[in-house]
Amino acid sequence: MREVAIVGVGMTRFGELWESPLRNMFTEAALTAIDDAGVDHIDSMYVGAMSSGLFVHQEHIASLLADYLGVAGIPSTRVESACASGGLAVRQAVIEVGAGVSDIVLAGGVEKMTDGVDAIDALATAADQEYEAFHGITFPGLYAFIANAHMHRYGTTREQLADVAVKNHDHGSLNPKAQFPFKITREAVMNSTMVAWPLRLLDCSPVTDGAAAVIVTSMDVAEKLGRPIVKVLASGHATDGLALHSRTDPTTIPAVGRAAEIAFKQAGLTPEKIELAEVHDCFTIAELVVTEELGFVERGRSGEAVSSGETRLGGRIPVNTSGGLKAKGHPVGASGVAQIIEVVEQLRGSAGDRQVEGARIGLTQNMGGSGASCVVHILEGVS
Amino acid sequence: MITPRYTREIPQRYHLEAGKCTECNFIAFPPRLICPECGSREFEQISLSPSGKIVTYTVVCVAAEEFSTETPLPIAIIETDEGARLTAQVVDCDPEEVEIGKRVRLIFRCIQKEGLAGIRQYGYKAVLEG
Repeated sequence: MREVAIVGVGMTRFGELWESPLRNMFTEAALTAIDDAGVDHIDSMYVGAMSSGLFVHQEHIASLLADYLGVAGIPSTRVESACASGGLAVRQAVIEVGAGVSDIVLAGGVEKMTDGVDAIDALATAADQEYEAFHGITFPGLYAFIANAHMHRYGTTREQLADVAVKNHDHGSLNPKAQFPFKITREAVMNSTMVAWPLRLLDCSPVTDGAAAVIVTSMDVAEKLGRPIVKVLASGHATDGLALHSRTDPTTIPAVGRAAEIAFKQAGLTPEKIELAEVHDCFTIAELVVTEELGFVERGRSGEAVSSGETRLGGRIPVNTSGGLKAKGHPVGASGVAQIIEVVEQLRGSAGDRQVEGARIGLTQNMGGSGASCVVHILEGVS
Repeated sequence: MITPRYTREIPQRYHLEAGKCTECNFIAFPPRLICPECGSREFEQISLSPSGKIVTYTVVCVAAEEFSTETPLPIAIIETDEGARLTAQVVDCDPEEVEIGKRVRLIFRCIQKEGLAGIRQYGYKAVLEG
């Protein structure tokens, strides 16, 4: 594979964007990315979207969005892997450019979730319909399975879970694109509405509209553009059984560990070399388990690490400087792309008040369902 | 149309039918065509034991529409005595009584009502033992 760079990024504000249809959200993000890169065309595009069919009753959106982007005629492909759709769209673009099939590829993600559909029901399609959802388990419920097992095994506390949300809201308060750009307290989390024991409303990422896009190019093209270059050092992808109950140990998310292992090997790096990470905090417990799977903290110690500030801005390994899915918002198909954007901004040194000083190497981790798919990217700022 | 989809799952939902790999003894619930552990395609049909223990659990308080009148709704991952795992509601108890490690028995119950006609769908639920 030849070397690949990310040279342009763009995203909408995340939130309840009632005035914007899906096609305009995507087009706005894509045009911003194209302008940011300064490219005069794209060779092809990928669109990550979990369930436009259920959320807005519209399939076939790869072609729809190519048309509205004014590039009808080029190859355009929809990518779906539940909440990992966006990260996987970026991976497809990286592979296509890396393989030399194309030189300039747009990878975007979009989800329009607030048009009135029962989001619990739509999101539950990422779980096993016949053997999980049929029995009444919800997505917060599946992560609550993981939380209770983790608390039972390692003594992880309710307060430590709350501290993930508090940290991510602290970070999100510095992000003008975030759905919830404000701080919350540990008490607010612990007194919020119970959703699925032990997870409360403020342990959960929200229902969000939004789109995000990046421009992926060969290094040759990137160097000619004269813009800041962020190199893709690695792209790891792994899967697992859809049903959480089919996994041997419910305190782990093995697909994350596998995708990370592949990525670290490709990049020739160890977890200690990562200076910041955007991870898939769809629920507070998810961020804890993921930081263990990525090797940032020892297994069972993630709760302690968040409460002592190791994963906060200014800490040993800042996690979710954007506010994460929790505070920035979680338009499912767009989230994986937005993670890449945050790391690119950090590596360019343009993350404003959230800047991790001098950051050179960052990681993104995006996953689908209760962890049946996971995509990990490692990026390096080179200019 | 729900009928064919529902009917297909009856052997598992009513009788806990599973496949036991004749090579490595892996138990597939529901049955599979190929063993994810050893790659064998030969299975013996068995029925899972209705007794097992709670691996982990939650109590769903915000449920999908079909279950919205049943909250708080305890649900658990259960490991049967053969080592197969499944997800099931834990019923006939106070949610506070549900704990990791507790023994349960699987019983036949109505799970939900489908669609506007309210067609009843049956399957397994768990009750605490002892």
